[in-house]
Parts: sequence; C-alpha cells; structure tokens
Amino acid sequence: MPDQNSSSLPTLLLLLPLLSALAILLGNKVLKGACIALSVFSAAICFVVSFMMLGTENSTPLLLPFLEVGKIRLVIDALIDQQSRGMMFIVTSIGLLVHIFSLGYMKDDDGKVRFFGALSLFMFSMTGIVLAGNLVMMFIFWELVGLSSYLLIGHWFEKPSAAEASKKAFLVNRIGDFGFMIGILMLFMANHGDVSFIGLKEGFAEGPLHEMAKANTTFMMLAALGIFMGAVGKSAQFPLHVWLPDAMEGPTPVSALIHAATMVAAGVFMLVRCSFVIEASPDAATIVAWIGGLTALMAALMATQQNDIKRVLAYSTLSQLGYMVMAVGLLAMQVSGAHHEAGPGHPAMFHLYTHAFFKAMLFLGSGAIIYACHHEQDMWKMGGLMKHMPVTFATFAVGTAALMGVPGFSGFFSKETILGLGFEACRPLFWVGVTTAMLTAFYMTRMFVVTFFGKPRTDHAHHAVEAPIVMVLPLIVLAGLTLLSPIGPITRLLQAMVPNHAEEHPTVMIASISALLIGLVSGFVLYRGKDKDPLNIKLFANKFYFDEIYAVLVKVLQDGVAWVVTGIERIFVDGLVARLPAFIATRLGSAARVLTGGHLQAYTFMLGAGVLMVIYLVVFVLPHMGH
Amino acid sequence: MITLNHYLIVSGALFALGLAGVVARRNIIIIYMCLEMMLSAANLTLVAFSRFHMVEGLPDYSAQALVFFTITVAAAEVAVGLAIIVALFRSKQSVEVEAVSKLQG
Amino acid sequence: MPILLFYFLAALTLGFGLMVVTARNPVTCALSLAMSFVGLAALFISLDAYFIGTIQILVYAGAVMVLFLFIIMLLDIQVESDKKPNLAAVIGGIVLAAVLAVQVATISSSLSLGDKTTSDVALTLQKVGTEMATGKGNLPTISNDLKAGTLPDAKLMGLTLFKQYGFHLQVIGLLLLVGTVGVVVLSKREKEVAR
Repeated sequence: MPDQNSSSLPTLLLLLPLLSALAILLGNKVLKGACIALSVFSAAICFVVSFMMLGTENSTPLLLPFLEVGKIRLVIDALIDQQSRGMMFIVTSIGLLVHIFSLGYMKDDDGKVRFFGALSLFMFSMTGIVLAGNLVMMFIFWELVGLSSYLLIGHWFEKPSAAEASKKAFLVNRIGDFGFMIGILMLFMANHGDVSFIGLKEGFAEGPLHEMAKANTTFMMLAALGIFMGAVGKSAQFPLHVWLPDAMEGPTPVSALIHAATMVAAGVFMLVRCSFVIEASPDAATIVAWIGGLTALMAALMATQQNDIKRVLAYSTLSQLGYMVMAVGLLAMQVSGAHHEAGPGHPAMFHLYTHAFFKAMLFLGSGAIIYACHHEQDMWKMGGLMKHMPVTFATFAVGTAALMGVPGFSGFFSKETILGLGFEACRPLFWVGVTTAMLTAFYMTRMFVVTFFGKPRTDHAHHAVEAPIVMVLPLIVLAGLTLLSPIGPITRLLQAMVPNHAEEHPTVMIASISALLIGLVSGFVLYRGKDKDPLNIKLFANKFYFDEIYAVLVKVLQDGVAWVVTGIERIFVDGLVARLPAFIATRLGSAARVLTGGHLQAYTFMLGAGVLMVIYLVVFVLPHMGH
Repeated sequence: MITLNHYLIVSGALFALGLAGVVARRNIIIIYMCLEMMLSAANLTLVAFSRFHMVEGLPDYSAQALVFFTITVAAAEVAVGLAIIVALFRSKQSVEVEAVSKLQG
Repeated sequence: MPILLFYFLAALTLGFGLMVVTARNPVTCALSLAMSFVGLAALFISLDAYFIGTIQILVYAGAVMVLFLFIIMLLDIQVESDKKPNLAAVIGGIVLAAVLAVQVATISSSLSLGDKTTSDVALTLQKVGTEMATGKGNLPTISNDLKAGTLPDAKLMGLTLFKQYGFHLQVIGLLLLVGTVGVVVLSKREKEVAR
C-alpha cells in the first residue's frame, strides 16, 4: 500500500502547476500581474520539490482512484523510479529557467498572462506524463500536453502562420495519438485490463503477454507499433515530423521548453517506459530503429539548408530525436525478445538527458539573439554578433560544441553510446548515425559562423546589445548544466540513466571524431565570411517537399474517399436510412397528430391515464407474471 | 376503529379529487391548487405509514423527514409557478389554459 | 381517537377538496383549499405527527394560500362566468379520478398492515425512553420526555433531520434560494421587448 510520505511530493508536483494554471485562467482579471509571479513561483517550487525527489526511494504511490468499473480499475498513480526522477528534474529545471527567461522575452507582449497560464498548464501535463504509473493516465496527460502545445504555438494567433502551425501540430499529433490509443487498448485487452507499467512488465516477463508475444507475433507487432505511433506523433518522427518545424512560430521560450527539451522528448520517454513492448517484437524493433535513423538523417539534411535560425535548431531537434528513437529500436534489436533491465540505464534516456540541457540552451540563446535583433529570425541578416553579445556567444558555443559532439562535451558521450550500440546491433544504421553526426557538425558550424562571425549584415544586427539579465542568467545556468551534465557525480546526483559502458570500439571513436572534423572544417571553410549561402539545394531547403506531398496526398485521398462516401450516402444514408424512416415517421406523425392537438387539458388527461396505466401494470399485472 | 386503510382511502380520494381538478379545470391557478392538493394527499400517505410502520416503538421519522422536504419543495414550486403565471398573465392577459396554445399545430 | 372525529375531519378535508375542484370563483377555491388543508393537518396530528401538522398549517394554510390569494387579487381574476366548463375535460377528469380511486381501494385492501389500528401499533414511549437513557448517545431532553410518556415529536424530527438528512436539508435550502432567484428573475418586468 502506498504510504502518505511517498505520495506527498508527486501530489505537490502535480497540483501546484494545475492550481496556478487554474488561478490564472479564472482569476486573471483580479490577479493581473500577480499571475506571472504565481506561475514562476509554482515552477520554482516544483523545481525544489523535484530536486528533493531525487533522493527518494522507488515507489508507486496512488494519487487518486479515478474510475472503477467491475474489475477494470483506472487510477491516477505515480511510478517513481530513476527514470521518472531524472526526467522530472530535467522538466522542472528547464521549466523554471524558461519561466525566468520568458520574464524578459515576453515583457512587452500583451498576452503574457495567457502565455504564463499556458506554461503552467504545460508544466502540469508534462509532470503528469513523467509521473504516470499507467498508460491510461499517461494518455490523458499526453493529450493535455498536446493541448498546451497547441495553445503556446498559437500564442500569436493573430498571425495566420502561427494559427496554421498550431492547428497543424494539433492535427498531426492527433494521428499519432490515435495510434497510441489503439496500442494502449490492445495491451489493455492482452493484459486483462492492467495497463500499469509494473503490471505490463510482469505480464511480459511471465504473464499473458509473454505467451502472446510468442504465439501471436503480428498482434504484438501491431501493439508495439501502435504505442510507437504515439511517440512518432509527439516526438515528430518521420512521417509525422512535419509539425515540429512549423511549431517554431510560437514564442522562442516555448520552443526551448516544449519543442526541444521536454514535450518532444516525452515520446522517447514513453518508448523507454514501454521498451518491453518493443523488445517483445523484433519486427517492431527493426521498424522503430529504421524510422529513427531515417528521421535523424533526413532532418540533418534539411537543416543544412534552412535560413531561419530557429528552424535550423528545430531540424536539429528532429535529428537528435531520431537518434534517441533509433537507440530505443537498436537496443530492442540487440536484446531480441529478451528484456533489457533498465538498471544501468538506457542510451536513449541518456541522450535525452544531455540533449535537453544543451538544446534548451541553444534555443534560449537563439531567443536572446532574436530579441536583440528585434525579432529578426533570418540568420543571413545577422552576423558579427560575437562582439555585441559576448555572453550569448560563449554559451551558444558551449551548446554547439555539445550538440556537435566535441569530445569532452556532453553530447559526445551520449552520441557515442548510441553509435556504439548501432555498431553492435545493426551496421547500416551505424553509418546512418555517423553521417548524421557529420551533417550535424556541418550545419551547426554553418549557423554559428553565419550568426556570430563576419560583419553585421543589417542595422538590427549592428545595433544588437546583450539581452537583459533575466534572459542571460538562464543561459549561463544551462551552459553550466551542459558542461557539468556528463560528469560522473553529477549524473549520479541527477539520476541520469548513464548506460554501462560497453567495450570501446576504435572504429566508433574514429568514425565519430572524423565525422565531426569533416563537418566542422567543411562548414567553416564554406561559410566563413560569406554574405549569401554558397550552396543552394532546393530539395533540402524545401524539406524534401513533404508539405507539398502531403497536400497532394490529402487532396487525392480526400477526393477519392469523398466520391465513394457520396455514393454510399446517396444510396444508403439518403435512401434507406433517411428517406424511408422519414416517410414512415411522417405517416406515423400525422396519425399521432390527432392526439396532440395542443390542448393542455388533453395532455394532462393523457399524462394521468399513463400514470394509471403504469400503476395497473406494475401492481396488478406484473405480480401475476411471476415477478 | 380507525385503521390504516381509512387513512389511505382518504388520501387516495383526495389525490383523485386533485387529479380530476387538474384535468377538468381550465384556470391555471386552480390547476395549481389541485396540484398542491395531490401533493398533500401523498403526504398523508407518508405520515400514515410512518405511524403504522414503527421503528423501535416510535413512528418512522424518515418518512416524516421526507414529508418535510416535500412541503419545502412544494412551497418553492408554488412560488416559481405563481411567478410564471404572473408572467403568463402579463403576456396573454389571461390565466386560462386555452391561452397557452403556442404548441398547437 | 374517536371514530366520529376521524370521519368529521375526513369529511372536512374531502368536502372542501371537492369545493376546490368545483367552485367557479377562484377566491372560493383558495379559501376552500385552506380549509381542506386545516382538516388534513388535523389528520396528521391524529397520527401523532404534531410537527408535520403544524408545518402543514403554517406553510400551506398560511403562507402558500396567502400567496395564492395574493396572486388572484393581484391579477384580478374574474369568475369563470360565461364560459361553460369543457365537458370532455370534466368527463375525463371524473373517469381518471374514479379509476384511481378503484385502484387505491384495491391496493389498500391487500395491504398486510391495512387493518391495523393505532392501538395495535401503540407507541411504547416509556420503554423506549428508559432504553435510550441507558444507551449510548443519550439525549436527556428526549429520553426524559419519553419517560414522562409524551412524544417529543419536534425534537425527534429535528434529530432525524440533522442527524440523518443534514446534507439533504442543505440541498433543500439551496433549492429555496434558487427558487427565490428564479421568482425574482421571472417577475422582473422587462424594460425592452426582446427580439
């Protein structure tokens, strides 16, 4: 049974942001400016609480019995283990820093109260996902983060592109969520209504699901792919990746928090939580790994030709998420059917952990740049910012180094583990990973050089000044976290899931370092001192024409389906379902119209007669029928 | 002697009277009075059963609590109903059921 | 209780009830209803339900009937003078009432409790009182009354209401509040005609 102590911290974590969001929603007229303080304050408390939680024992406290129908029992409970503690720390620390950063970034925005309300709502839903002890609860909060992401992307809804982007994100996510729901329901059925992670894990170890995985591989694969669909939508994997770059229409702090560090990582988090499902089906594992690899490579290619500083980062996020998903698939392929004990840690979670800090920092850095350049996002209109924004430059350099995987920086370690895993489990994917690493180094160098070096290309860039302290401070803290995060004692303290170091492969080391060097040098040589992009690859710049392909696909499919549906409707719906009953109803109606003449007294008479009839039936007839 | 049946029959008769009034009368205020009469008839049944179905040597006070609630609800109902009648009178200048014929097809 | 008194009260109740249904003048109807309720209250008291009987007089014969009379006067409703009663409706009403009466009679004749008299189910006040005085949660004000052989009806009623039906009581209070608000809204004269 859950004891009081173990449930108080998670309850606090869940309730604080919820209450703050509610207070802002209901009381923004009364509270006015206090709303913002409230939101930041609740984020700060959450951070402290999650820091306190780092030291707690593993437990599964029950927070709220939710629904009980027969044997089926849905609850709001928490699963506190190394994974959720570590993730909770990432979410709340970055959340807090983003709250603080937003104080500066959104200072002149009219809708900032609404913005902070939505941020609190997001913190609530993200906390729910991380703490979730069962799939149904996770799904509920899964939808809630979708909602808050929608609200935040569409924060500047008067801008048509932002409204479109939020709609797109919502709809694309819906496709993924639908798959997720099917997956959950399949597991629900197979495990007799127990969808708690612990119950499922036991089910896979020696329960009904174990048999199922052996006997019915197709079912298992479909269930695993259903669960994976959820991650594909939320973590923006191919082919549902199209929403993430557009989501950059939202305010930059939001991009840092939601679309780089936490929400998009929720897909990976969930996959690691459910890794036993994917591990039970080798086919699904292969698909997951390849989709991850494909996304990583494709997004990296697209990133090389983007000019919007935030979009480069968005594609790089896609690419890194692809890495993580690939790691989940690869590990599942490696264990092939057996379960990988989460004990030492999961490479995907480790990369998530390192990536969260440096990518949030990069985004916030880009936010500071954008803020300094008066909301100019095209990096070809910047340049020479090194002199004007030294702190941003320094922190950005740390982030870039970490993302490229410069030895000694956090990204190096986590990327190395994934590549090592790829080397052991699937050689082609290893090379995909190495190519992606090279491209990553290339496009990050490109962005870095174009933004910070050279001469200012516009007046805005020329007059840029360092961002205010509330914006610089989070940058410095995040840079510190980026630098510290791979160090042994810190990883242990933060409960990061550092994987056991497998044997070192010299090939992996050499390949990744040479990839880094090739990318770095070629990027530097190509872009140094240039005012325009010397490369011009339409295919990449236009994101492989995915949006256009989808538009055509939707049109063709929609028209086709519409044609068939029209036919069906004309015959069945119109004819049999609508016209015929309508005809019958008309006839009956005119027969019944005699009864309802609109005389109140006639109605009361019928009411009374009806009551008497009921009395007659109940008292005088039914007892004689043996009831 | 007076048995439970006596009370039940009085109550039934009162209820029947009320029902007849509701159906037969055309003045909405009087229909309302008849409705009140029916409610009271039901109350009489409840009180009678409360007396004759004892709990530990005392009348069953749960039934009387129900009567208490019924009376309260009836009072509220009368207030709202009469307000509706006043509103109706304002728009139709009449309180007869024939005046309310919007539903007539 | 004397048989005669019961018949007198029943006749009072039903007779004035009949007046309500048949009288043509609304004021007569309202006054007859008040008298009928007085009879009914007396019947309640004959069933040892003193509190309910009092409430019946206070709320029904008092407040509610005054409200009715007030509305009748306010709207200045005339006698249903010229119009003949709707014959079909009258017949319908009588038929319904007759059928209902038959049903009630049949049902009550088959009740096991039906032919019990009040003396068959006499209240054992002293016994209950002594039991209560020795038992747990003793309320001296009630048990002393019981031991003295009187039925502390209002006290027991209050005990039941607040002990068992406290929540319901509050809901009812809320209902009254809602009713009050509703009445105010309904009777507020609209300044402009809604389109």
